[in-house]
Amino acid sequence: MWFLCVFYHRLLDYRKPEVESLAHLFGAFQDQQNGDVPSQLQWKLPLHHHSDSPFHFVNLPSEQVARSIANRSILVKGMYELWGEGSSYEELKDSVLSYPDERKLPYLEAGSTFKITVDSFGKVMSLDEQKELIQGLSYIPFKGQVKLKNPDHNFWLIEIDNYGGNNGLPPIIQRRIFFGREVGGADRKLIPTYQLKSRTYLGPTAMDAEMAFLMANQALAASGKLVYDPFTGTGSILVGAAHFGAMTMGADIDIRVVRDGRGPNCNVWSNFKQYGLPMPVGLLRADNNRPPWRSGLKEIFDAIICDPPYGVRAGGRKSGGRKLLKGAVEPYVVPDDKRTDHIPSTAPYSLVECVHDLLDLAAKMLVMQGRLVFFYPVLRDDDCAETHFPDHPCFKLISSSEQILSSRYSRVLLTMVKVGAYTEEIALAARLKHLEFRENHVKWLQDGNLHSAVFSPIDSQLPEAGDSKFIKDPKPKYRGKYV
Amino acid sequence: MRLLTHNMLSSNIKGVEKGFPLRIEAEKVVEKPVEMNADFLKKMFEKVEWKAFVEASRSMGYSNLPEEVDPAMLESDEFLSRFHHALLELHLEEGALVCPETGRRFPVNKGIPNMLLHEDEV
Repeated sequence: MWFLCVFYHRLLDYRKPEVESLAHLFGAFQDQQNGDVPSQLQWKLPLHHHSDSPFHFVNLPSEQVARSIANRSILVKGMYELWGEGSSYEELKDSVLSYPDERKLPYLEAGSTFKITVDSFGKVMSLDEQKELIQGLSYIPFKGQVKLKNPDHNFWLIEIDNYGGNNGLPPIIQRRIFFGREVGGADRKLIPTYQLKSRTYLGPTAMDAEMAFLMANQALAASGKLVYDPFTGTGSILVGAAHFGAMTMGADIDIRVVRDGRGPNCNVWSNFKQYGLPMPVGLLRADNNRPPWRSGLKEIFDAIICDPPYGVRAGGRKSGGRKLLKGAVEPYVVPDDKRTDHIPSTAPYSLVECVHDLLDLAAKMLVMQGRLVFFYPVLRDDDCAETHFPDHPCFKLISSSEQILSSRYSRVLLTMVKVGAYTEEIALAARLKHLEFRENHVKWLQDGNLHSAVFSPIDSQLPEAGDSKFIKDPKPKYRGKYV
Repeated sequence: MRLLTHNMLSSNIKGVEKGFPLRIEAEKVVEKPVEMNADFLKKMFEKVEWKAFVEASRSMGYSNLPEEVDPAMLESDEFLSRFHHALLELHLEEGALVCPETGRRFPVNKGIPNMLLHEDEV
């Protein structure tokens, strides 16, 4: 059954993957699970629309699935049963009139309540214009009562026009009008409720609420599942997963962040208490480079969600001193009387090593079909069109969604599904790689230093800096923070 | 720290062969009620090292778990609620986890085990 899926015009790359993930969660693919090839939904675009348009058609098995997806999503403004569409109001009328009565009449019955909302994209309509448009729908035999608050049925008249600016998108060539019955829509009230500015305990890299919910949706967080974040910090990503009912567990190498916080009522626990969410089932201080899990333990987490430290706003740390890893000094032997209060030194942790450790941990600790959802930074001035994302024999990458952070770099949310078991050979290869990282610690740190690429002054990057200031940046900007 | 976490952790000091189970030194144990989720418990049941779990619950002052178990017991509400209580509601607030091989103490403060190794242990 085809539905009109209207998205919020933001985080463009994240919208279809979210619907795909939720379709999995709500069992849209139950009948067609074919081994390791993750099923995908069918999508269509309205006539002359660009794939970044907010308007899409999606094929879903039932209205119930469509409703569940829309209500749980963050970026679906509405999912509609389309009654008609056209390039003009005359065309719309013909289209609605030819839509089968048996689909329409049950929602038009006397005794029911309804509401019609007029919405537009790319233009503003005054209340009078809206009223006129609603009255123009008199060819539809509404028998029910109008009720503006909580009606039984919500109808939407949506008009798109390229008039007056293109919202940062390539222009829509043709005017299009849709009329449909609402099946469900996102509860965006979640976002102000969970917004960071009212959160008690924050760190410099706390994940914003909207993104944390999107990550939880990509991870299929749900009741009865165990979700782990190895770089939990203030717990901002786990808050999203806990909201959807998952059990959460987090680790961080910084004990001050995870244990002490900023006082008794301002710590990771209080961030969950604030929203009446169940506390994480476990919080611990551990090093992702040397995870403390017992050797026989595997396939326990349903999802791993994280924002690894990539050294732009915060750098990663791992056990072992800087000089120790360079081989310049022998390990410091802690005197017995100082053992209890000793603060072990840590060394910088390169992104490559960090991601390697993360993939290895996830390959071992995720259940089959479990999901690994994490951010990966990408420099935007890379000329190569094809970005190379990390991969692993146990995982299949199912979506990558870019969010532009500055003209220099973006972060890409990667969603991977575990499709292969963690074997002895993979474990061995991971151990060898681990040793290689230790041996060439310094080399890995110098390679791909994202921090300097993001923050170095323009002049050092472009020799002809004088002219380049006036050259317009050809890179697309509209996938920026607010789009 | 709940016993679920305890059951997952081991001492990963370099050279240690058998770092599991960590012995619990309990100074302060608190109980925090948690809503029961039978599906979650059934999944976790398969993952838990039962012997270590019973021992750990005893060192936290709870001795109502059977020594031997089989999956059929998951049908019993009585068993489920005991399992639930021991796995998720008992918290080690202050104390330590002790490596069975080296005796190294991993402190637990404010419910958070500190599993980070010293320089000479990695």
